[in-house]
Amino acid sequence: MRPLTEDETRTFFEKLSKYIGENIRLLIDRPDGTYCFRLHKDRVYYVSEHIMKRAANVSRENLISMGTCFGKFTKTGKFRLHITALDFLAPYAKYKIWVKPGAEQTFLYGNHILKSGLGRITESTSQYQGVVVYSMSDIPLGFGVAAKSTQECRRTDPMSIVCFHQADIGEYIRAEDTLT
Amino acid sequence: MGRKRPDPSEAQKKGPGRKARKQKPPQMPRQLLQQEGGSPKILSSRQKQRLAKRTQKAVNKATAKESQKKVPVTLGLTQGQKRPRTGSVSDSDEESISEEEEEDVEEDEDVEEEEEQEEEEEEEGEDEEDEEESEEEEEGFTDENKSWLRLAGKKKKLDLDDESSDDDLPADEFLDEDEGSEGEEEEDEDSDNSDDSSDDDDDDGEEQEGDEALLPIEKASKKLRKKQQREEILAEEELRTNIAEAETFVLPSGQEIEKESVQPPDLTMIHLRIQENMAVLKDFINKRKDDRPRKEYVHLLQKDLCLYYSYNDYLMEKIMQLFPLAEVIEFLEACEVDRPVTIRTNTLKTRRRDLAQALINRGVNLDPVGKWSKVGLVVYDSAVPIGATPEYLAGHYILQGAASFLPVMALAPQEKEKVLDMCSAPGGKTTYIAQLMKNTGMLFANDVNKDRVKAIVGNLHRLGVTNTVLCCHDGRHFPKVIGGFDRVLLDAPCTGTGVISKDPSIKTNKDDADIKRHAHLQKELILAAIDSCDAKSPSGGYIVYCTCSVMIEENEWVIDYALKKRNVKLVPTGLDFGKEGFTKFREFRLHQTMKLTRRFYPHTHNMEGFFVAKLKKFSNAIPGQEPNAKEGEENSETSETPTEPSTEASASSSPEKRSAQTTSPTTKSKKNRLFWKNKKSGKSPDLPKAKTFKGQQKAGAGKRRKGKQNTGNKKKQKKE
Repeated sequence: MRPLTEDETRTFFEKLSKYIGENIRLLIDRPDGTYCFRLHKDRVYYVSEHIMKRAANVSRENLISMGTCFGKFTKTGKFRLHITALDFLAPYAKYKIWVKPGAEQTFLYGNHILKSGLGRITESTSQYQGVVVYSMSDIPLGFGVAAKSTQECRRTDPMSIVCFHQADIGEYIRAEDTLT
Repeated sequence: MGRKRPDPSEAQKKGPGRKARKQKPPQMPRQLLQQEGGSPKILSSRQKQRLAKRTQKAVNKATAKESQKKVPVTLGLTQGQKRPRTGSVSDSDEESISEEEEEDVEEDEDVEEEEEQEEEEEEEGEDEEDEEESEEEEEGFTDENKSWLRLAGKKKKLDLDDESSDDDLPADEFLDEDEGSEGEEEEDEDSDNSDDSSDDDDDDGEEQEGDEALLPIEKASKKLRKKQQREEILAEEELRTNIAEAETFVLPSGQEIEKESVQPPDLTMIHLRIQENMAVLKDFINKRKDDRPRKEYVHLLQKDLCLYYSYNDYLMEKIMQLFPLAEVIEFLEACEVDRPVTIRTNTLKTRRRDLAQALINRGVNLDPVGKWSKVGLVVYDSAVPIGATPEYLAGHYILQGAASFLPVMALAPQEKEKVLDMCSAPGGKTTYIAQLMKNTGMLFANDVNKDRVKAIVGNLHRLGVTNTVLCCHDGRHFPKVIGGFDRVLLDAPCTGTGVISKDPSIKTNKDDADIKRHAHLQKELILAAIDSCDAKSPSGGYIVYCTCSVMIEENEWVIDYALKKRNVKLVPTGLDFGKEGFTKFREFRLHQTMKLTRRFYPHTHNMEGFFVAKLKKFSNAIPGQEPNAKEGEENSETSETPTEPSTEASASSSPEKRSAQTTSPTTKSKKNRLFWKNKKSGKSPDLPKAKTFKGQQKAGAGKRRKGKQNTGNKKKQKKE
């Protein structure tokens, strides 16, 4: 376990800011204690300081997880955000998409969101902006990338994709292994 | 209306044509035809005697009839019907002459009939039966069947038949029986066939005497009805005799046992035998037979139960030792059936009320699990898969057995505490602890199995738990890694005899060695758990030990061992329901405070078989421990956590520990152990100490770790 290097930090924050913008500050400076990001086996963990210190007791092979895993760095150095970060992204998300009840299931299976399934979308969403996907009952379902800006979404035909799927909570069942 | 009597002048049409295929005219027996135009027959002396007796009997019957009320199914026979009968007796005198000729024939027919089935006879011998013998007060037949054959009662008068509608036909039958001789009464009780034949004879005889007002078909239907009534009575009697037989349960002889072992087992018969055996054993003094010892009955019962429920002998013996006989079957039956599905609300993300509402909207039928839990819900049935709803995926609930709530409720973790869960896969209890702590403090989750640890990761993240460190160590070496916890939960690996409903293979693959191996492991683990806990913690110092087994070797004995080996004591679990643990079991005697532990059974509490015990550590000193080893442990602890405020407790405790050691009365050798009062068979309680290190600083150097060790090292070299 080690802290992130400069480059890694930069890559990571860039990815995060796609979804939550400058609210990253809020993740670090929390009223209930200092939290930090640590790297362990290519995965970035978000954990409070005193837990992180205790976790240092555990040897590298034996430590499986601590706090919350946000995602992992790929072999080529890019950062991939995992669904496990959703709990922290959702409250600070800047751009949101709400999905109709009928289209929930298909998104949870890993498909993209079509215009016909689009319930609401935040105003002034630009194209290729990172968005957090909610159900109509305000349950966060995952995140994605907007395929079209808000204006275009209004104009397009019902079968065109409006949001590319990035991660969804169905992965907890579908892809348990990738979590660790 | 009916078919016309055939004109004998008409010849039967022969040939392949349509008219030849017509039904042939009914064949009247020769006697009947003769009777129509015949002169009174000449009777032999015997026949005359019989006739005289018959008339005499009829008179006697008429007078004595009111007193006889033997027939179980009475049909409100009126006196009116009976009286004319007595009159008819005199009439029958004349007619009897014609019958007496038939008697010889009838006798033979009776014999035949008694041999054949009743139903089959009727259609065939219908006309023959018409003429059959009636009653004779004579003792019986003159042939060899006399001893058990009885004759029927009186013939009916034809007037009666005319008057009586079909409804009265059954009445007629019983009238016959009533009026018949003692022979008739006995007939009903003794043999079926003779009754049928004799009653048939009666009815038919009377009918014949009159004007052939009834067609043969109608006579047949009358007979059928009478037979049905008789069969009902006999069936009732048979039932009574069967019950009487069942009450006297007899152990099968050696031959029968051999025969059974060869044939494939007949489950219904075995089930019946089990029930009879239980009934005998409940009231052994009265119901035993042949002075066989109780052991034989119990042995037979055990074997039958093994066959019926497919257990192996060892496990069945253990179960029968554990429960009283009445509960054994309940327990076995409860293990066959699944327990209801329960879910636990994740209070970090939602409330039980809101979750219940959301799930009901999806079509799930659920209820709160009971007064004892504020977060449990039991699911009766569901239109959608309960493990795949969006609420599940969002982490609003987790599927968890009801019994698994209990150890965490007993542990009662507080906010900002340090808690350890030593065997945490798949993470249900861990996440419950985290939710009770409200994501504050620190929670260590550990499991020895690397594959199952991955399941914990998924559950932790899904339910939004952030205060947990997850590691993969052998629990027995955990004190080396980190210690000084406020509370420790140990859900020890066990034989799983309480969750047979989830895994039926347990019924057959558990034996003595398995239980002993598990018990050994559990003892090591509980010592490690106690050593990980800090007695001086301001709010804690508690260890909860639980298993999903009902075996006493894995439950009370392990706690007893811990009480002897460490400075811990049992405290109330805080669970107000459940059966108390055993303080004595067969010849073993356990610590009195074992009453504070709790046992749960599938058949009494409708949850998995479970055992929960809560221990409080009142001193960090280990009785009988060498000072070197202790100091080594303290060094490693203090060096790992120098400045943490939370470890002030441990830092302050370490000098205290040292002082405690120096003031300990004697330095007992490691071999000087405290033994059981009654040594259990086989294994000695000597165990290797959990702390065999010599001041090792490096954590996680467990010897017996599953998983790849080499590859881990290689990775380490490459990365760092």
